[in-house]
Amino acid sequence: MSTLVRFSIPAMKCGGCARKIRAALEPLAGVHDIAIDITGKSVALRIDGNDSAPVMAALAQAGYPAESVSADADPETEPDHCSIDGPPRQIESGGDGMRLAITGATCASCVRTIETALSSVPGVEQASMNLADHSAHVMGGANPQDLIAAVEAVGYGASVVEDEDSLEEERERAEQKLYRRLMRDTWLALGLGAPLMAWMVFGGSMMVHAGAASQLGWLLIGMLTLAVLVFAGGRFFVGAWKAAVHHNANMDTLIAIGTGTAWLYSMVAVLAPSLLPEQARHVYFEASAMIIGFINLGLALELRARGRASQAIKRLLGLRATTARRVADDGGEADIDIAQVTTGMRLRVRPGEKIAVDGVVESGSTLVDESMLTGEPVPVSKQAGDTVSAGTISQQGSLIYRATRVGKDTVLAQIIALVKKAQGSRPPIGRLADQVSAVFVPVVMLVAIAAALVWFNVGPEPRASYAMVALTTVLIIACPCALGLATPMSVMVGVGKAAESGILIRQGEALQTASELTTIILDKTGTITEGKPSVTKVFGYAGWSEDEVLALAAALENASEHPLAFAVMEAARARSLTAAMVSDFVAENGKGVQARYRDQLVRIGNLRWLREQGVEADVAATDVVSITDQAGTPLYLALDKALIGVIGVRDQIKPDAHAAVARMHARGLKVVMITGDVRSTAEAIGREAGIDEVIAEVLPADKASHVRVRRDRGELVAMVGDGINDAPALAEADVGFAIGTGTDVAIESAGIALMRGSLHGVVDAIAVSSATVRNIKQNLVGAFLYNVLGIPVAAGLLYPLTGMMFSPVIAGLAMSLSSVTVVSNANRLRFFRANPAGEVV
Amino acid sequence: MTTLPVTTLLVNAVGLTAMMMIVWWFWLWKPRNAVGTKDGVIDIRVANGTYTPALIDSPAGQPLTLRVLREDASPCAEYLIIEGLGISEPLPVNRLHMLMLPAMAAGEYRFHCQMNMYQGILRVR
Repeated sequence: MSTLVRFSIPAMKCGGCARKIRAALEPLAGVHDIAIDITGKSVALRIDGNDSAPVMAALAQAGYPAESVSADADPETEPDHCSIDGPPRQIESGGDGMRLAITGATCASCVRTIETALSSVPGVEQASMNLADHSAHVMGGANPQDLIAAVEAVGYGASVVEDEDSLEEERERAEQKLYRRLMRDTWLALGLGAPLMAWMVFGGSMMVHAGAASQLGWLLIGMLTLAVLVFAGGRFFVGAWKAAVHHNANMDTLIAIGTGTAWLYSMVAVLAPSLLPEQARHVYFEASAMIIGFINLGLALELRARGRASQAIKRLLGLRATTARRVADDGGEADIDIAQVTTGMRLRVRPGEKIAVDGVVESGSTLVDESMLTGEPVPVSKQAGDTVSAGTISQQGSLIYRATRVGKDTVLAQIIALVKKAQGSRPPIGRLADQVSAVFVPVVMLVAIAAALVWFNVGPEPRASYAMVALTTVLIIACPCALGLATPMSVMVGVGKAAESGILIRQGEALQTASELTTIILDKTGTITEGKPSVTKVFGYAGWSEDEVLALAAALENASEHPLAFAVMEAARARSLTAAMVSDFVAENGKGVQARYRDQLVRIGNLRWLREQGVEADVAATDVVSITDQAGTPLYLALDKALIGVIGVRDQIKPDAHAAVARMHARGLKVVMITGDVRSTAEAIGREAGIDEVIAEVLPADKASHVRVRRDRGELVAMVGDGINDAPALAEADVGFAIGTGTDVAIESAGIALMRGSLHGVVDAIAVSSATVRNIKQNLVGAFLYNVLGIPVAAGLLYPLTGMMFSPVIAGLAMSLSSVTVVSNANRLRFFRANPAGEVV
Repeated sequence: MTTLPVTTLLVNAVGLTAMMMIVWWFWLWKPRNAVGTKDGVIDIRVANGTYTPALIDSPAGQPLTLRVLREDASPCAEYLIIEGLGISEPLPVNRLHMLMLPAMAAGEYRFHCQMNMYQGILRVR
């Protein structure tokens, strides 16, 4: 086992320090993957085992004393290796102040030193440090770099903690600014291009005639067009040049070459008309200006449409509370900034308020609306001992709860991070578009030149004009953006839409595979059934009464964590039975438990296991049938080799399980149930839920192999389980669905996590995935068709039939609208309803 | 007036040369001047349709920290995708964003924006 350890090294100042630190660490045995961050004054590395003392000693000897700030065992299993977990990011001060992560502070004296250092920075109105979570809160308008420098100057490390709100605000601000600039550029370009177009459409000549007046007039318009190209289209030229220097070509390249060529050709016609045949002395200034205008307009519309597409994240961010009501030890209450809440704090939530952070209820009771996280519309009752989640709303009653997870650790924050990441993931269906778009622009440039040469060599007069029009039109009509946007826009909207219903799709691949499934394997306990079994029947044999059987069984199950054990103990409690005294408890996974009772071996478990131990159970055959016929599970209790009792435990199937399975069937899916339960019981539950096939009496460890067998047969298999006990089977499946109740689901454990316990969530996830993949296909087909048809037409392929050439202006309009069309089509997914029939969920 | 043969030849020569230049510049050219990492860290600027630097050399078997500054507010630049590492990272605007990559096997890892317009290569050797 290796351990990932991070050290804070306040004395590290520069690259030279980093080199010395690396030189000190590299010779150490068992030290790997040294990552040095100068800005964050930290070192992350892996060590064999977990003893970091040799590393600390080596650092101290090199003159860089360090403190271990974190150690994570077995980092290979960390779900997110690439998260921004180490050195933090820099941000600017927001209106609510700024949080700094502080390293190196160990005591109250450090706190005073740091607060003084921060307060001395110009612009700081107030600075306070929280030693518990090593953070400082600074109010005022100071520069973040100045604050960091001030903390470093007194011997500590500091970095700005990223705040999602300010990040989102910054993004919106930047996009609004970009939108305003795009619209300004649009009007600027169209302001020149439209009158020229009107002039041409209403019969005005676009030719340069002999004589200074004509040349001067067009020269003036040429200069105005140049101004448009520089001011409204300058960034296309800069982008094209920068990309070319890097041996890349992008959309800017096409626009710059297209509009630039049209302008240059026109200027040649104006300044040196003798170089061109008389019929070819045509100017295309209106085309240059109109294209720049249309493309800016298209980008602005696309920006707006994309803003709508990312509403899911905005909605999730909006769920976060900004303040919390702290309950002090003396009972006093005060509102504090959410950034100041730390784990262990006691907080109050009043009716109608948002729960600020994750926690455990200490007192009070209420109904909590968790629909914003789970999609479950029915409010959940909360009382002492229950967990509550940040972002959910207390509907009635007041609670006092103790904070257990704050900041980035809350379920809500994890959901936001997961959705953000998933929205950028790429399903395999988009790979072809990726491959095409990677080489698209240079190919289009070749096609454009080839088309121009064909027109120039074999076209009608004026050949030069036709060649120029073909070149410009091909370059402008080609739209790599539509291709590039087709997949990610649909994924962004689809993943966001799913999150609104409590469906967390973690990867693009899971999204695509979920739409292609053939088989769904459902775990029984907690998936089809409620997962809350109760005792329905008790039978005693060999002179044992029902109560004696239950009391002994309760004693055995007392140390077990199996759901059936809870049912037995609950039944014993209900009958006010005192559990017998047992010792030497041993649990056999998937079989049962055994212990010593008055020098005899007592066992409770399934029939197969007890038979292996030499216990005969024929005497209970009739009673067992009465249990299994009602979908109950028989637990056999034996004293040495003698059967002394059978307890029937039944786990109710979820009320909507049958309807959800019916929806799976309606989608053409084969539904299989897998369980460790006895066959007769499993079949009874399977019948009740409408399951196609039941796999019973399976040990937990063998579930994965059953999934593998079906995959080997060519089936595309989904496994639905709780994400904890079924983790291997979930990992083995083509798509794993972790199903939870409320916000307890292990959201990192499977490709798709369902925040509500209903099986409708599985069908909804498949429906959203199918709709998203369908949307991607529409976009891809549209984008490919647009380019495949548009480019040949722009090259003049229809000219022999129609005698018409495509205008570069029309090409500009089509190009700008193509990406808007893709984004708008993706946005249609926002109105998708996974369960339009409105089955009970 | 008919176009002189010399003009035709000239135009064709320019066109064909341009086509050859495109093929060479965008596909046949082998990059030489990659930017190396310093102490496992590299700064990348996202602006004007390009990543700067767009060609990065990094030693194999060592983690790498990318410090990415996205200056372009265009949604085009919103995500940084690194092929082969399964990374699709949203980039904030005008803020330095740290992306810690695990120790990587030798090879070339393309990185690009969602629409493949911004492109770069991370060479691990």
